[in-house]
Amino acid sequence: MAAKLEGSSPRKGFNKVVSTYQEALAGFADGMTVMVGGFGLCGIPEGLIKTVSEMGVKNLTCISNNAGVDGFGLGLWLEHRQIKTMIASYVGENALFEQLFLSGEMQVILTPQGTLAEKIRAGGAGIPAFYTATGYGTVVAEGKDTREFNGRMYVLEESLRADFSLIRAWKADTMGNLIYRKTAMNFNPMMAAAGKITVAEVEEIVQPGELNPEHIHTPGIYVDRVIQGTFEKRIEQRTTR
Amino acid sequence: MSLSREQIAQRIAQELKDGYYVNLGIGIPTLVANYIPKGIEVLFQSENGLLGMGPFPTEDEVDPDLINAGKQTVTAVTGACFFSSAESFAMIRGGHVDLTVLGAFEVDQEGNIASWMIPGKLVKGMGGAMDLVAGAENIIVAMAHANKAGESKILKKCTLPLTGVNCVKKVVTDLAVLELKDGKFQLLERAPGVSIEEIQRLTEANLIIPDHVPEMRLSA
Repeated sequence: MAAKLEGSSPRKGFNKVVSTYQEALAGFADGMTVMVGGFGLCGIPEGLIKTVSEMGVKNLTCISNNAGVDGFGLGLWLEHRQIKTMIASYVGENALFEQLFLSGEMQVILTPQGTLAEKIRAGGAGIPAFYTATGYGTVVAEGKDTREFNGRMYVLEESLRADFSLIRAWKADTMGNLIYRKTAMNFNPMMAAAGKITVAEVEEIVQPGELNPEHIHTPGIYVDRVIQGTFEKRIEQRTTR
Repeated sequence: MSLSREQIAQRIAQELKDGYYVNLGIGIPTLVANYIPKGIEVLFQSENGLLGMGPFPTEDEVDPDLINAGKQTVTAVTGACFFSSAESFAMIRGGHVDLTVLGAFEVDQEGNIASWMIPGKLVKGMGGAMDLVAGAENIIVAMAHANKAGESKILKKCTLPLTGVNCVKKVVTDLAVLELKDGKFQLLERAPGVSIEEIQRLTEANLIIPDHVPEMRLSA
């Protein structure tokens, strides 16, 4: 997989740590397909998203469960008109998104959340398509093959892969083994495997051996670059009792 | 008297059984967690990757990395676990969740449900709703029986874009508890003080009315 290293900085062995966002995103270009981890604003790679918005790359196909909020997260890419096609399950909470969608400036492919998660999982696992009952008889199934198994109807859904996956984890070792924290895991592990180049922005980087091998969520084989991030961790709906 | 949102949730909570894994949708379904019958244990699944969702946090407990599917800050109960979205929907699609409670705009007597899109209004997306209705063995729909203009939302055929087909089994509205059997809604219970005639008038679908239709019991 020599192609995986293209555009990345020279490195020694399995040390995947890069020190700047520019290195982390080397090779990221116009027209690429990019997966971005997170559920709402929970578990998003904040610094990577911000850097992409500053790079000004355009015509992106963006795969992410949501589209951020106005002025934060993927809302920044919307502001800079960087997304040509958005693949997501739920895009509320974002006035600019609405405007770009209604004006036709941006194409939106709404995908059921579980189907989206499985399309990404399958992509990373080398499975080109799968059947699911989700969406049968709805607009989601229009134009897709359907088939009966054991008396029930299923829809054929094709898997997804990306040129870059931008994900967020809690802890990484320098070899790219990752551990996530609480519900900040969400789409990040599947996206790690589905990216040709996967960049993990993390809260803490430790030496190999410091993470318990039995507790690793994402094995380092899926991760190409690791960068220490700083996170604002904005909350969308602060609810207390 | 038609039921309040809280009372609909209270009635649905009576369907919870000891040991159930339950997914609650946004809106009225979320309120069901406030009325768990005494003496039983249930665990709430949140499709963003949490099994064992607890109440909202105190100000000190607020954690941006711990939210529910409505993106609200929550807590996790003792014995809870976290997992990826793919794992979460394996649970849902694989039929491992015992009960799903969700809201709807319309349901019909073919078991179809419309809950995610009103043409002409902004489409925000289906989120996990299509997966939940396709995957759950046991679905209870919490909804208003009719709209403000008095038009039934319990229909012969849904008019809005569907979320799923042939999946609705039980419906709890502000007026009644209905169960779908062989393409017809059976009137199981009526809200206290609501007449059978009123329910019939506000139900477009075929309705089977037994000789005796008890009033719902809402006290815990």
